[in-house]
Amino acid sequence: MGYFVNSINPSGKIAVDDTILIKGTPATAGSKMLENFTPLFSAEAVERLEKAGYEIAGKTNVGEFGLDLLGETSFFGANEEDGVLAGAAASLVKKGEVKAALSVDLNGAPRRAAALAGVDFIKPTYGTVSRYGVIACACSGEQIGVTAPDAETAKEILSVIAGHDSKDGTSLPAEKYDYALTDVKGMKVALIKELYDLASDAVKTGIDKYAASLKALGVTVEDVSLDIVKEAQTAWQILMSAETTNNLSRFDGVKYGHRAAEYKNIDELYVKSRTEGFGFLTKATIIYGSDVLSKSKYDACYDKSMRIRRVVTEKVKAVLASYDAILAPACSQAEYKAYDVLDSFEKVFEESVFTAIPSITGLPAMATKGVQLIADSYKDNVLLSIAKSVEGLEA
Amino acid sequence: MKYELVIGLETHVELSTASKLFCSCGGHSSPKEPNDCVCPACCGMPGMLPVTNKHAIELAVKAGFMLNCKINQYTTFDKKSYYYPDLPASYQTTQWFNPICVDGSVEIGDRTIGIKQIHLEEDAGKLVHDDATNTSLVDYNRTSVPLIEIVSRPDFRSADEVITYLKKLKSSLQFAGISECEEGAMRCDVNISVRPEGSEEFGVRAEIKNMSSLSEIKDAIEFEKVRHVDALERHTEVLVQETRRWDDVKRRTFPMRNKETAADYRYFPDPNLMPIVIDDAWLEEIRASMPATAEEQSLRYTEMGIPEKEAMVLASDRKLSDTFDEVVALGRAPKSVASWILTECMGNMKRLEIDELNIDAAKLARIIELVDTNEITRPAGKKVLSAVFESDVDVDKYCEENGLNVKVDESLILTTVQRIVAENPDAVANYKSGKTKAMQALFGLIMRELKGTGDPVVIRTLLEQELNK
Repeated sequence: MGYFVNSINPSGKIAVDDTILIKGTPATAGSKMLENFTPLFSAEAVERLEKAGYEIAGKTNVGEFGLDLLGETSFFGANEEDGVLAGAAASLVKKGEVKAALSVDLNGAPRRAAALAGVDFIKPTYGTVSRYGVIACACSGEQIGVTAPDAETAKEILSVIAGHDSKDGTSLPAEKYDYALTDVKGMKVALIKELYDLASDAVKTGIDKYAASLKALGVTVEDVSLDIVKEAQTAWQILMSAETTNNLSRFDGVKYGHRAAEYKNIDELYVKSRTEGFGFLTKATIIYGSDVLSKSKYDACYDKSMRIRRVVTEKVKAVLASYDAILAPACSQAEYKAYDVLDSFEKVFEESVFTAIPSITGLPAMATKGVQLIADSYKDNVLLSIAKSVEGLEA
Repeated sequence: MKYELVIGLETHVELSTASKLFCSCGGHSSPKEPNDCVCPACCGMPGMLPVTNKHAIELAVKAGFMLNCKINQYTTFDKKSYYYPDLPASYQTTQWFNPICVDGSVEIGDRTIGIKQIHLEEDAGKLVHDDATNTSLVDYNRTSVPLIEIVSRPDFRSADEVITYLKKLKSSLQFAGISECEEGAMRCDVNISVRPEGSEEFGVRAEIKNMSSLSEIKDAIEFEKVRHVDALERHTEVLVQETRRWDDVKRRTFPMRNKETAADYRYFPDPNLMPIVIDDAWLEEIRASMPATAEEQSLRYTEMGIPEKEAMVLASDRKLSDTFDEVVALGRAPKSVASWILTECMGNMKRLEIDELNIDAAKLARIIELVDTNEITRPAGKKVLSAVFESDVDVDKYCEENGLNVKVDESLILTTVQRIVAENPDAVANYKSGKTKAMQALFGLIMRELKGTGDPVVIRTLLEQELNK
């Protein structure tokens, strides 16, 4: 499979991942279930880009509903570069085939992909970019972000797509955001020990190198302990799976999307269509999500996870009260070989420990130079400033 | 042993909003053809996000005020999941954790019915079964139309109480402009059990789903009472908690398939809808916009001198009471207006098979004014009113064209009387010999001659004078 599942304009410079709608262009979200689905309207972010004069190149391949590591669960096949998994959008940006790409960060896939490809991806503060037109899975944490070759380009595109949208009830009120880049000298960055310890040596080396660059720029880097990384991971997995179960229940074979060829009654239509239409990881997520929402487990799982979300937010914000940003790995390995799909649920869960904190708290995060930065709400500009400064060191 | 019924109601009512609960499609009264009132949001397409209809929130709060509820100023929406083709997203947005109104009550006669809660939710679509092709078709026009569900406490003790409550609910909701309560727009789930009189414990409960006709509700309750008492007294069956449906052809309830009732709805808060905070200012604004309730209205009418029974009829129907208020505001006497509306207008409505009163208040006021000031006779007034109902005629013009005005020159009346007396010597002779009926015949002749325009009292007086000369 190529990078694009649907090409729109060969001279276009922006790629859009296939969970984001463009009017009249099929949107599959990497799933057989939506192989034949063509949306009637475009996402707000896409409209804003087009209105500002950017042309869309096409729709990039994504893992089924964006749930996986790096796009390997797409119905259209994984993207591999010499046997190594790579995100389609990140690869296009790295090769310079597009200026930037819009990607939905639901469980860290585009953040991870950018970190592995050595390009930038910013997941902005939750609520600053409209989710209108995103094939939804986990509404409480998913967010459109920008994959770009450098911080300056990420800032340019983010400035266009961010701002209040009345069509999204969770959209924050500010009409525009000023991502003013600032001098990083004198800033303080917290390196999260618990996450650092979970990474491979190759990743640790990358983090050490990044920390050294920061110090060269006059930034203080300190080891900080954050004792809720596992709780954040589990809670996000529960919330994300529950919301995904609910959102994907609309794909039932009745109205659009895949429908089984033969069925005897409505129940069989549901069961056969969904069994044929969804891949393994999606099914596993749906089953897990149904379980945590069931009457007998709601309090112990879903409700508890919402309370953990509050505690995690408080603890991370406490760190960010003393530090301008957090530094952490974006994933455990420096590269991922294709893996057996039957391992996927466990693999994705293991890796989500690195990406869960921004997902569950809605805080802005950025993958840059193979590492991950996290800042306080509305401090997206701090992430861009740090990323740009480090990028400038090597220029 | 004597048994008593214990009944609780869940009543679903469609709100009179211009648009649906979470999108801008037209509300309950808009659609004409199937699926002509749908958008990507209300037919469950991916990518759409819900945006809450503020008017629906206000109407639900109004319902809460009307039913003496506590308004939850922090209220949230939750998702209820189940698969059915009439539910396009396979979840219904409802209020499970923080309903908008709680702990209210309604007085019916000398009894008080507790209201547990009122919550907002979206309606489902409609399935149409086509026997010819053995397929089912879905119509999403009704999908996402806002509903309130009014949940009573198990406080009813008879079918009659249930019916009284529903009638009262309907007139109150119509009155406050909360719901039109059209045919089928008010649906009930009836929870019913039976227990020995005096017992505090509840019996085994059956829930009869989705009832809308009052007479069917009454029949279903009576049927269930017999079924439950038979089971307890004569062990005809073992009662189980279950969901049942009323079969209007077979005149009995049947259990629904277990599968439809054993669902786990997996409720959770909708992350796309922020909690709604109704601040004090907004709450007061809604309170200020409340119209008088039917009861307050009825009381107001009796204070105007309208007999209680008539006042209640006027107050029970929004159109009747609005017309009454408008005509009275135009200066007509309340008693007179009540009689014209309840007798003459309703007579015309019955004759012409009209469901709601829809008359220009100014025209009705003019007719009453003409009659009350003896400009025209009451029969003439009725004649104009019929013409207004039939073809919306202009009152004054119609009276003139049809010679209904009473104020005819008295000398014309006198000459007519004298002429008729002169032309009918036989009748005069009959009268003089004691046959008083002859006078009535002469009176009729004069009226015909004057085409009903003369004041009957004047005519009668002049005729008597002439005959007794």
